[in-house]
Amino acid sequence: MAVLSPSSPDDVLAALQWAAGEGTPVEILGHGSKRGIGWPVQAQHALDLSGLTGITLYEPAELVLSARAGTPLADIEALLAQNRQQFAFEPMDHGPLLGGSEGRGTIGGALAANLSGPRRLTAGAARDHILGVQAVSGRGEAFKAGGRVVKNVTGYDLSKLMAGSWGTLAVATDVTFKVLPAAETETTLALRGQLDEDAAAAMALAMGSSAEVSAAAHLPEGIGRRLAGDLGGDPATILRVEGFGPSVAYRIETLKTLLGAAGPLEELPAGRSRALWRDVRDCKPFADGGEKPVWRISMAPSQAHRMVMALRMQAAVDAFYDWQGGLVWLRMEAGDAEADIVRGLVRQFGGGHATLVRASADIRARLPVFEPQPPALAALAARVKEQFDPKGILNPGRMG
Amino acid sequence: MSSLAMPQPDGATLSRRGEIVADMRVIVPGEGVVDTVNEMRAFESDGLTAYRQLPLVVVLPETVRQVSRILKYCSERNIRVVPRGSGTSLSGGALPLQDAVLLVMSRFNRILEIDFPNRCVVAQPGVTNLGITVAVQEDGFYYAPDPSSQIACSIGGNVAENSGGVHCLKYGLTANNVLGIEMVLMNGDVVRLGGRHLDADGYDLLGVMTGSEGLLGVVTEVTVRILKKPETARALLIGFPTSEQGGQCVADIIGAGIIPGGMEMMDRPAIHAAEAFVHAGYPLDCEALLIVELDGPGVEVDHLIAAVEAIALRNGSTTCRISASEQERLAFWAGRKAAFPAVGRISPDYYCMDGTIPRKELPRVLAGMRDLSDRYGLRVANVFHAGDGNLHPLILYDANKPGELDRAERFGADILRLCVQVGGVLTGEHGVGVEKRDLMPEMFSQADLDQQMRVKCAFDPHHLLNPGKVFPQLRRCAELGRMHVHGGQMAFPDIPRF
Repeated sequence: MAVLSPSSPDDVLAALQWAAGEGTPVEILGHGSKRGIGWPVQAQHALDLSGLTGITLYEPAELVLSARAGTPLADIEALLAQNRQQFAFEPMDHGPLLGGSEGRGTIGGALAANLSGPRRLTAGAARDHILGVQAVSGRGEAFKAGGRVVKNVTGYDLSKLMAGSWGTLAVATDVTFKVLPAAETETTLALRGQLDEDAAAAMALAMGSSAEVSAAAHLPEGIGRRLAGDLGGDPATILRVEGFGPSVAYRIETLKTLLGAAGPLEELPAGRSRALWRDVRDCKPFADGGEKPVWRISMAPSQAHRMVMALRMQAAVDAFYDWQGGLVWLRMEAGDAEADIVRGLVRQFGGGHATLVRASADIRARLPVFEPQPPALAALAARVKEQFDPKGILNPGRMG
Repeated sequence: MSSLAMPQPDGATLSRRGEIVADMRVIVPGEGVVDTVNEMRAFESDGLTAYRQLPLVVVLPETVRQVSRILKYCSERNIRVVPRGSGTSLSGGALPLQDAVLLVMSRFNRILEIDFPNRCVVAQPGVTNLGITVAVQEDGFYYAPDPSSQIACSIGGNVAENSGGVHCLKYGLTANNVLGIEMVLMNGDVVRLGGRHLDADGYDLLGVMTGSEGLLGVVTEVTVRILKKPETARALLIGFPTSEQGGQCVADIIGAGIIPGGMEMMDRPAIHAAEAFVHAGYPLDCEALLIVELDGPGVEVDHLIAAVEAIALRNGSTTCRISASEQERLAFWAGRKAAFPAVGRISPDYYCMDGTIPRKELPRVLAGMRDLSDRYGLRVANVFHAGDGNLHPLILYDANKPGELDRAERFGADILRLCVQVGGVLTGEHGVGVEKRDLMPEMFSQADLDQQMRVKCAFDPHHLLNPGKVFPQLRRCAELGRMHVHGGQMAFPDIPRF
C-alpha cells in the first residue's frame, strides 16, 4: 500500500486524476481519528491529507475562517479561543470513545463527519456553519462551491453535501466556516433524581421557555460519576445557559422558578460546567478503552426515552441522552450490537437514525454501520455518489 | 428583458396539449386543472414581473399521490414541469414555460401538526411563512426566518429558495431551521429527508434541496423548528456622517461578541425616500443609518443596548436613539420595512438587487456603485442587511423611457460583478432564477457549474424539472458523465510521491 501525502491542493488534484485514470481506490485520511467508524475501507492506496495544512484566512470581525482541509481542528480552535470566538457547533472529539488520544482530528474530518456537540440542539452541526469548499471529485476534477459570506443562495449548496459524506463524494482541500463569538460565561443547572421520562418532560419545559438554554442532557443513574464536574452518581438532568453575565444569572433564576417543584436543583459555575459538557460532548461515560458496541441515535426528543425503555426489556444497555433527549448514546453491555432490535425500535418510536459508532471490526463488518435507507432514497443517494465518483475510488465501502 | 433565452419549446408536447390537459383532469379531478388563457394569466409571472409567459396548463394538485402521478406522467412523456408556491420569487424562479405544466402547490395549505414538546411544526408546503408563526404565537412561539414577503410566501417556496430575512445572522436561514421534508422526484418517487430528529441520515440531500430553486424535486411536506419568542426586543437608531463609520460600528459590535437579532443599514437616498414616505423621524443629515435590534431577556437587552451605544459613540455617531417603547421600536423599523415602496414613490420603477459582500468591503462597493450610477445615469438607493453583508441596491428607472430598463439591468449586472470581485456572491436570498442565470460564470468556473449540474442529473436526468433556471447552459447528463481520463499523462508511480 502506498500512502500519498499531498501538501497542496494541486497535489490532491494530481493524485485523484491518477487514481481516477487508473480506477484505483484510495482511502482518504486526515489524522485517522475517526477511522474506526464505518466499514473498513477496501483500498490499496491512501491519500493522507495531514500535510495539507494552514489557516488561509481568518477575519474575526467578518466571522469567517478558511483553512486547508488537513489543518488540525485543535489548532483552529485554539486560535479562535484567543480571539474569544468558537465553532458554535461544538465539534465532538472521537478520540476518547474510540480508544485513541484526545485532541486529534482535522477540520476536513470535522466536515466529512458532520461533527457537532451538545449545542447541536440550538446552533446546528458542521453542516450549518460551512460556507464554502474547494474540493476534488472522484472524477479527478477540482470544483468549488459556496463562498465566504453567511448569506448565499448562488447555486446548489454542495458544501453541505460534503458534510457527513465521509470522504465518499469528493476530497475537500479548502474549507470556509462561519465562526461566532464565544459566550462570556456559562452556568449549568442540574435537576437531580429524575427518571428518564420525567427528565424528558423537564427538558422540554426548559427548552420551551425563554431561558434560552443552549444544551440539555440527561444523565441517568451512574452516568454522572463517569464525567468531570463532580456530579456524583444520582441522575442529573443538566441545562446549560450561556451568554453575558447578567443575562446568564437572570435566565438561571428563570429556570429555577420553572423547575423548582420538580426536584432538587444544583448550580454548576462556569469551570465545572465547561468540563462537564466537554465530557458529554465526547461521550466520556463510554470511553472505557473497550470495544462494547456503542450506538449514536438521533430521534425526536419526546420519543427517545420510550425507545430506550422498550430496548431495556430486550437487551442490557447503558444509556444517556443529549440534545433534550433526542441524541441517545447507547452502550450494549452484552457485547452484541443487536442492530435489528435497536433500529426496529427507533422506527417504531417515530423514526430517526442509528449509527454504530464503535464496535469491533468483526461486528462492524457484519452490520450496516450507518442507518439503511428506504429503496427510493438509497437509489437517489447512489445516483448522487455516481455523479461525484463514478468509478467508486473514494473510500469504497465506508458508508456501505 | 427580451434577451432572455429560454429552452426551445418542445413541439411534440405543444401539439399534444389537449390530450395532456385531459390526462391531468383524470389525475386531478374537480377544479384543479386550469387551461383557459384568461385564467392562466394569473400565473404568467412571479415577483419578477418583467418576465411573462403563459404555461402549457396549470395544475393544482391536492395530494402527494397526485403530485407523484403528475411527475411520473410527465417524466414518461418527456414533458417539462415548473413548480410554483405562492409566486413571490424575485428572480423568476417560478416563471412558466410555454411547453411546461405549471405545478401550483397552493392547495397544500394545511398545518398538519404542532408539536410543542419537540418544538416543531409539520406543514404542507403551501402554508405561508407567517402562517406558521400565527399557528404557534398564542403559545409564545414563532418561526424565525422572516423574508419580507412572509405574509404571502409559502414555506415550500422558502425551502426551494433557502429564504432569509432580517434575523438571519442570529437565527439562521431556512436551511438551518428546516428539520425534514417529504418530496417527490421527477420520476414520481416519494422520498423523506430528515424528520423531527436532528441531522438527516446519509448524504445531506436536505441541505442540497434547500435553495435548489425547484430544479431537484417538489416539496410536499415540511417540518420546521419553532423557537420561543424572546422576552423583549429593543432597537437603536444610529446615524453616521460616513458609511465607513457605520461599517466600522457594525464590525465593532460583532467584535465585542454581540450578535444582534437584526442589524440593518440604509444609505442617504434610502433614508430620505423612507422618511418622506413614513415620517419615521429618521435623521436626514447622515450618510448611513443603522438600526440595531437586540432581543432576549430584559436584563440582557439593557446590558447590550448600553454596550452598542458606547460603540456607536466611539465610531462618531451623530445621532443615537434608543427605543423606549414597543411603539418606538416599531417606528424605527417602519422606515426600513417601507424602504422598497418608499423608493417606488420617488421613481416610476425600481430594480432590486441582492448581492452579498464581506462587510468590510461596504465603503468600496458603495463608492463603486456611485461611479456606476454616474456612468449609467440612474440613481440607486441602498438597504443593507449589515450583520450578514447582504446588500439590496434599488436601481431607480422609468420603464416608459426607451432603453432605461436595459440600462438598469446592465447597471445591476455590474453591481453584482462588483460584489463577486470583492469576495461576495451574486445572490444572498432572492435566488438565481432566470434573473442572474447568465451571470453565474462570473462566480463559478465551468467545472464548478458542471458539478452542480451533475447533482441535477442525479435527481432529474432529462432536465424536465424547471429547466432554464439557475444554469446558463444546460448540458446533457450523458455528456456531463463522460470522464476525461488523465491517467495516461500522469506517470504516477505506486510509491509516495509528495
